[in-house]
Amino acid sequence: MMESIPLESWEGPLRTTMGGCFPGERAVFRGHDLHADLRDAEWMDLYLFGICGRRHTPAQLRVLHAIWVNTSYPDPRLWNNRVAALAGSARSTGILGISAALATSEAAIYGRQIDIAIADFLTRAMTAVRGGRPLAEVVADELRINRSIGGYGRPVAKSAADERNAVVLALAEREGLADGEHVKLVFAIEEILLTGRWRMRMNYAALAAALALDIGLTSREYYLYLLPAFLAGMPPCYIEACDRPEQATFPLRCSALIYQGPPRRSWVPECR
Amino acid sequence: MNTEPARNVIHSRLWAEDAEDDDAFTAQTCYCSGYDVYGELLEQATYPEYLYLLFRGERPAPHIARALEILSIAVANPGPRDTSVHAAMCAGVGGSPAAAALMAALAAGAGVSGGAREVFQCMQLWTSCGDRPEAWQHALQAPAAAGRMQVWPDAEHPPGFAPYGQRCARPVRQTLSALATCLADGHIAWLAAHRETLEQAAGRPLAMTGVLAAALSDLGLDPAAGEMLTLLLRLPGAAAHALEQGESGFRRFPFFAIDIANDPGRHTDQEQSR
Repeated sequence: MMESIPLESWEGPLRTTMGGCFPGERAVFRGHDLHADLRDAEWMDLYLFGICGRRHTPAQLRVLHAIWVNTSYPDPRLWNNRVAALAGSARSTGILGISAALATSEAAIYGRQIDIAIADFLTRAMTAVRGGRPLAEVVADELRINRSIGGYGRPVAKSAADERNAVVLALAEREGLADGEHVKLVFAIEEILLTGRWRMRMNYAALAAALALDIGLTSREYYLYLLPAFLAGMPPCYIEACDRPEQATFPLRCSALIYQGPPRRSWVPECR
Repeated sequence: MNTEPARNVIHSRLWAEDAEDDDAFTAQTCYCSGYDVYGELLEQATYPEYLYLLFRGERPAPHIARALEILSIAVANPGPRDTSVHAAMCAGVGGSPAAAALMAALAAGAGVSGGAREVFQCMQLWTSCGDRPEAWQHALQAPAAAGRMQVWPDAEHPPGFAPYGQRCARPVRQTLSALATCLADGHIAWLAAHRETLEQAAGRPLAMTGVLAAALSDLGLDPAAGEMLTLLLRLPGAAAHALEQGESGFRRFPFFAIDIANDPGRHTDQEQSR
């Protein structure tokens, strides 16, 4: 059988460089005393330090913060938010409902699966273009292999421009962070995708990823940074569902089920 | 009363309901794939038969229902050392809501190392390799093709095989053997006959995830359904152990020692201990 480091060598004290707590004394956060070195840190700064192991400038933090703020929609129709609302309707706890809503945000047609895919594609595309490949060829290859490019097109609004892009781009411009190489790249990709048969506009996922990559986040860092991106919109959905009568959020009558399966049949004649 | 908005409907091949005559929101009769759930299935069907009906839309042949029952028992409790059960116990011991314990078990039992995603990936291998030893040889020895990055971390061992261990664990062999008695001509039977060949190709012993993947494929499930059923079937043990540790209390639950390599207070602590 293949040799691997035996689990025995991982027994004993858990070795870490991330930190830990000494109850009654102090806490260590990535090599720093939390209550001394980091006590005044903004939460966003600390959160990113936890993910990346490096600190960010106030301008970078403002842009990354704006990316969260401008995609916080308290609309309970949205599939992830609806989980929080339904939890409220059923009188579940707020944390259970919102945690499940956050997990739901790791979706394939929006949210975290798209985010990590577009960040990864932009990273690969940038490497390819720097290596001399024409961008149009890189885009065509990606479409051939994966049939779509996350960050372009939008399932709920196919033709309209993404309402978040101009706002966040303007803020990034104010902070001097809107003209990085990845931002230029996402606009160049949009130009390619708007022509030809694709007709896909850039959505927020592509612009947000580009801004974050220009700030220096890797694709996986970006994915974890985005975990709370939809969070602020969720508690309102839960709260208002709790304010309505129990089970009165999105009630469905029996006839709302459109049955498309086999006709009615009996189990008994086939009984053993 | 408001009229029902035409677009707000749910299409389903699985479920239909007849409403009470005087209450549009209360079901009088429920049908699962055409069968009357409370009028017939409740007293006529076994739980594995109903589970299969939900996932496949058809009642299972007796040997298929028995295989699902064996599988359900085999994976119902991975034991408290398993990451999913350990996670559930963390919720239980701290008095978290019951749902938090099961959510914890689902999260820690979902991954590509020993979890439901590994079963998903192994079922994909069954789809592509089938019962062809040379295809398995190639798939298990070739590095996975680099696709676009996913939220799942990259697999560190071939799906369906154990990352550690020198030989196939006895419970895995016992489960494989029990399943082979009722799944005599599918992937499970082939796996029972070729286990050692595949283990040599993988360089690792067969794991329970590999048995699950083969059995779920024999049951006619696709990888997405197999992943879902794996998550579901592993919950009973997580629930029971979470309850047990909740009663036992945190003082009897391991907290583990920690060694912080870059602890800024390390020298101070050492000086104080001298």
